[in-house]
Amino acid sequence: MNVIVCVKQVPGTNEVKMNKETNTIIRESAEAIINPFDEYAIEEGVRIKENTDGSVTVLSMGIPQVADLLRETIAVGVDNAVLLSDKAFAGADSLATAYALSMGVKKIGKYDLIICGKQATDGDTAQVGPSLAEKLGIPHTTYVRKIEQITENYIRCQRMTEDGYEVIEMPLPAVITVVKEINEPRLPSIKGKLKAKKTEVMVYNADDIGADKNLCGLKGSPTQVVKTFVPEHEISGEIIEGTSREQAQKLVQKLMSMQFMTCK
Amino acid sequence: MNYFLTEEQEMIKELAARIADEKIAPVALEYDHEGKFPHDIMQYLAQSDLCGVYIEEKYGGLGGGVFEMALVVEELSRACGGIALAFAGTGLGAFPIILFGSEDQKQKYLPDIASGKKLAAFGLTEADAGSDAAGIRTTAVLDGDSYVLNGTKQWITNGGEADIYTVVACTNRSKGARGFSAFIVEKGTPGFSFGKKEDKMGIRASCTRELIFEDCRIPKENLLAREGMGFIVAMKTLDRTRPGVAAQALGIATGAFNAALKYSRERVQFGQTISSFQAVQHMLADMAIQIEASRCLVYQTCRHVDSGAKDISKESAMAKVMASDTAMKVTVDAVQIMGGYGYMREYPVEKMMRDAKITQIYEGTNQIQRNVIALELIKQASKV
Repeated sequence: MNVIVCVKQVPGTNEVKMNKETNTIIRESAEAIINPFDEYAIEEGVRIKENTDGSVTVLSMGIPQVADLLRETIAVGVDNAVLLSDKAFAGADSLATAYALSMGVKKIGKYDLIICGKQATDGDTAQVGPSLAEKLGIPHTTYVRKIEQITENYIRCQRMTEDGYEVIEMPLPAVITVVKEINEPRLPSIKGKLKAKKTEVMVYNADDIGADKNLCGLKGSPTQVVKTFVPEHEISGEIIEGTSREQAQKLVQKLMSMQFMTCK
Repeated sequence: MNYFLTEEQEMIKELAARIADEKIAPVALEYDHEGKFPHDIMQYLAQSDLCGVYIEEKYGGLGGGVFEMALVVEELSRACGGIALAFAGTGLGAFPIILFGSEDQKQKYLPDIASGKKLAAFGLTEADAGSDAAGIRTTAVLDGDSYVLNGTKQWITNGGEADIYTVVACTNRSKGARGFSAFIVEKGTPGFSFGKKEDKMGIRASCTRELIFEDCRIPKENLLAREGMGFIVAMKTLDRTRPGVAAQALGIATGAFNAALKYSRERVQFGQTISSFQAVQHMLADMAIQIEASRCLVYQTCRHVDSGAKDISKESAMAKVMASDTAMKVTVDAVQIMGGYGYMREYPVEKMMRDAKITQIYEGTNQIQRNVIALELIKQASKV
């Protein structure tokens, strides 16, 4: 079974410093790491490979330095690393990123499953995985906490919800995004690290993957960031007392009085 | 300081440091208090290929030597000297096979040690044979195709947890030290059992037990080298593992120093951090000087040993004495700097002080090491 794992370079979370005037991350000060949620995606990919035979390819879009981070994944069992790097990709929002990645996936060719971390710790959008599935025209499931079964034709997995989990079965190929409950990522091995040193990361530009530059980077991004700010936490809430029935009645009255609900 | 490690040595050190920080440090106090053996931590070392750093590549290791072993022990000991001992004690049990094993013995035992599947232990000490190893009472008698072992080994690190034991026993009482032989004994051999787990002052995550042999019959081919070589096997092994004890001491000292330095910058008294007081500054400076000097001696001794040099007893003894005396002093000072907090069991330096003490005692007390050093000095001087 061939697995593609999409990973993103993010600032190390322990190192993040904010610019208090602009409320943005001071990226220069932060050490670059692989998005922590993607580590679980890599581990799950490697486990599937070990149980089924096949390969794991990591795919990322970013600046040329990301190649060093991708190479490190070889030390935990990844077979190939592909980096999409081009000035045309710069300034991409989640839609343009998903487009570029989808073209990268097509370039890689044969795959059965794509795994992404549930979200990146810097942007926190959790959109790229599902968007990628849409661009490729394949099904997806988010917040996967366990793969119950995977065969050549389908995957059955547990999707974490707020109060439990759902079991979802999809035909393959498909995209899943995973949560940290899914596994414990292994540490690298020395033999893996030595192999990583010799491994070449494939670097493709927009032309290599046949991407339409109008759909890439800033040009291809409908999202415009107008302003970012740290939200102020105003702790105010009201606890509705009473029996369940009384609570429900009071809540409905409240919602209607605030015109969140209307009675037909 | 730049010690000009090779790229592979850097990798080994970094990976061991990561395991120490991420996997050992969070559980070190719990394992110490509960006397829990670190099988789970050994699994991390195994997955990372660190179990076989000192074993030849053809037996599944990484092809390093004493230096690579010491780098791992030092890093692990920074977080817990007791947990590190599961790894270091295995090295002690494996070196007799590495140094004196036949090709068959190496092929049979080393790959499982290199992969981390099995742990090893070394059985020399007995109730009446400590510094004076010639007092060994355990006997091995050849009977057909087997040796029959009888006797009790005491205070054996990894006892009961290891699968492979290298044991020294007497095969000919009349020959004194030349009447000892070394054997490989596998756990599960009939007649081979373990005594109670010792309740120790420190290194409590390490398991120390008696090895009891009662008409324990082992195949003749488990003899290491030849009959009568037991004492040599033990001495040559200890020459190579003392830098490991030194590295353990170095790691413990470094861990205690780091904790004390951090605390001194946070603890405020008389309106300022205690690191601003010269009394504390001088203590920190002395601790750092001793640690760095020890590290220089330990690393260079490892390189000397791995170079294939023949005379290594004196150097190896010097490294062990220097690093272990440093560990004792530094950990006591770390407790002092941290004051009441340092004395409390919920902070790590109290444990480090208890752990440090053993490094002055085992694998040859520091008094015996000084004998070795002095005798070697006199021997060399008499040759001039």
